[in-house]
Amino acid sequence: MAQYILKRISYMILTLLVVIAMTFFLMRSIPGDPLASLARALPEQTKANFYAKYGLDKPLFQQYLIYMKNLLKGDLGESVVYAGRSVSETIIQTSPVSAAVGGLALIVGLIVGISLGIVAALYKNSWPDYLVMFIAILGITIPVFVLASLFQYFFSVKLGWLPTSGWGKPQHMVLPVIVLCFGTIATYARYIKSSMLEVLGQDYILTARAKGLSEFQVITRHVMRNSMLPAITILAGRIVGIFTGAFVVERMFSIPGIGFYYISSINNNDYSMTLGTTVFYAALFVVMQLIVDFVYMLVDPRIRLAGD
Amino acid sequence: MDNILKVENLQVSFNTYAGEVKAVRGVDFELRRGETLAFVGESGCGKTVTAKALMRLLQPPFAEIKPQSKIAFNDEDVLSMGKKRLRQYRGDDVSMIFQDPMTSLNPTMTCGRQIMETLILHKGITKAQAREEAIKTLELVKIPDPEKRIDAYPHQLSGGMRQRVMIAIALACSPQILIADEPTTALDVTIQAQILDLLQELQDRLETSIILVTHDLGVVANFADRIQVMYAGQVIERGTVEEIFHQARHPYTWALLSSVPKPGRETKKELYSLMGTPPDLILPLTSCPFAPRCEFCMNICKERMPKETTLSDEHRVSCWLQHPMAPKVETFYERQA
Repeated sequence: MAQYILKRISYMILTLLVVIAMTFFLMRSIPGDPLASLARALPEQTKANFYAKYGLDKPLFQQYLIYMKNLLKGDLGESVVYAGRSVSETIIQTSPVSAAVGGLALIVGLIVGISLGIVAALYKNSWPDYLVMFIAILGITIPVFVLASLFQYFFSVKLGWLPTSGWGKPQHMVLPVIVLCFGTIATYARYIKSSMLEVLGQDYILTARAKGLSEFQVITRHVMRNSMLPAITILAGRIVGIFTGAFVVERMFSIPGIGFYYISSINNNDYSMTLGTTVFYAALFVVMQLIVDFVYMLVDPRIRLAGD
Repeated sequence: MDNILKVENLQVSFNTYAGEVKAVRGVDFELRRGETLAFVGESGCGKTVTAKALMRLLQPPFAEIKPQSKIAFNDEDVLSMGKKRLRQYRGDDVSMIFQDPMTSLNPTMTCGRQIMETLILHKGITKAQAREEAIKTLELVKIPDPEKRIDAYPHQLSGGMRQRVMIAIALACSPQILIADEPTTALDVTIQAQILDLLQELQDRLETSIILVTHDLGVVANFADRIQVMYAGQVIERGTVEEIFHQARHPYTWALLSSVPKPGRETKKELYSLMGTPPDLILPLTSCPFAPRCEFCMNICKERMPKETTLSDEHRVSCWLQHPMAPKVETFYERQA
């Protein structure tokens, strides 16, 4: 087991190294640089000083080595565009906001999605099933930004129930969370429905019924756990979906989360900020993937490793 | 011997998009205390459906047991049992072993818990007591190291071991009837013999009646007391093992018997195989269902359904060849002799 964890962690580090290298060199290959517009009007010497300050005057590969050295020390650098703003600090300040919105959306999405999937499977080919599948198709096909504007229009502008955007009060979270969790609800409703139907057709369900268990006992003891297996597989994907959805949603609802800064840092060619947030996202993602695999082992004894 | 189960005019249909598939068309039989009754026939002739209907395991509305059907367990009407009584009937009075032990056990639950589940349900005992009982049951089905195996998951056991666990689940509450639906089909031959021996031994010890569903006549010969041969959802011939193996009267039974390989017999002849397939059960049957495949088919066979003729106390057959006016045909025994 310890060996397995060690192996997984070394793979994670390898993944992160590749992500950092790719982001670093791709960012530099974009024409222009973060100081271009800022330094245009400055005298030649001042300009050179500016570039030297951020280490942009050195050869590309040397810059990479310097960045990696600092990263090992835990230093993600300073924003190139906004002087004095440290990347680590920005992440520390903004990520809890994103985590609150994203985490809530994930939890709501899982609970609602799984429940809807169960309802759809149990009432197959009747109106609850059709209703759930209708919602699921809407959730998968409608892009987040369309949903966000629709919700803002109806619930904020027309009905005036909730604020259109902003941050600080609990009601500011309602619309973003609903918009964000819609995709999760849709995906899970469909997955759980089909996997439950599949499990219901399994031989061991017949065994359970032949034992004399009530239908409720059959579902809770034998169907649920087995139909959750594919649901765990797609969990990692849904977490990514929440992140990427958050880029758009945080923008549209003016939520000061990390996704908000991520987008603007890319637009500004803010090398250190983009790199820092990418590293953060990538690290978060590989850790999530590891957690999902552990959850999988917990639920399915067949996946538990040999020799434990 | 008294009847423990009596089935009259059992009719089961499946409602499919293509139409109503009449899988079981008026099956009558009775099961006696302590005996083994075998259902024999090729795939799709209604053996398993009949077996499942006995436990009401067919799922409505897709499957439908017709209202004129009667199933009586110790004179109690099974088809009108309430939910609560039905749950007690399943598992406590009658239990079932399925064909494929690889898929019949819940993969995410330990074998022990799956045995304990039925014990707790029917005997109303505590978890600790159920665990004790489960270990005893595992011993009964001859699983080595039961204290250890009780915490094993199904995937950690071999096919034969899993079938033993299935038998342990089925026999945990000492049911009066055990329905074994092709219990050895998915196992290799050496394991098959072990499982059958085990079933036989447990039957003697627990005095359980067994309904054995199989298409393997070799299994039946050593194990069953009586046989009923099924075709197209009907029983076409029934009798004791001796009567079916040595005095069979139905051409379909002859065909089944001829298709069994006989090791040791020196012969260059190719093994007999019956041509064609059973009739589509969506269509109504007004004539003998076996007529299109029967080498003795007469005109009457294609027009009317034969009635059941009684040949002895147990031996009955539905075939026009039994009619006094039918020509005498040379049976397969006479030809092989």
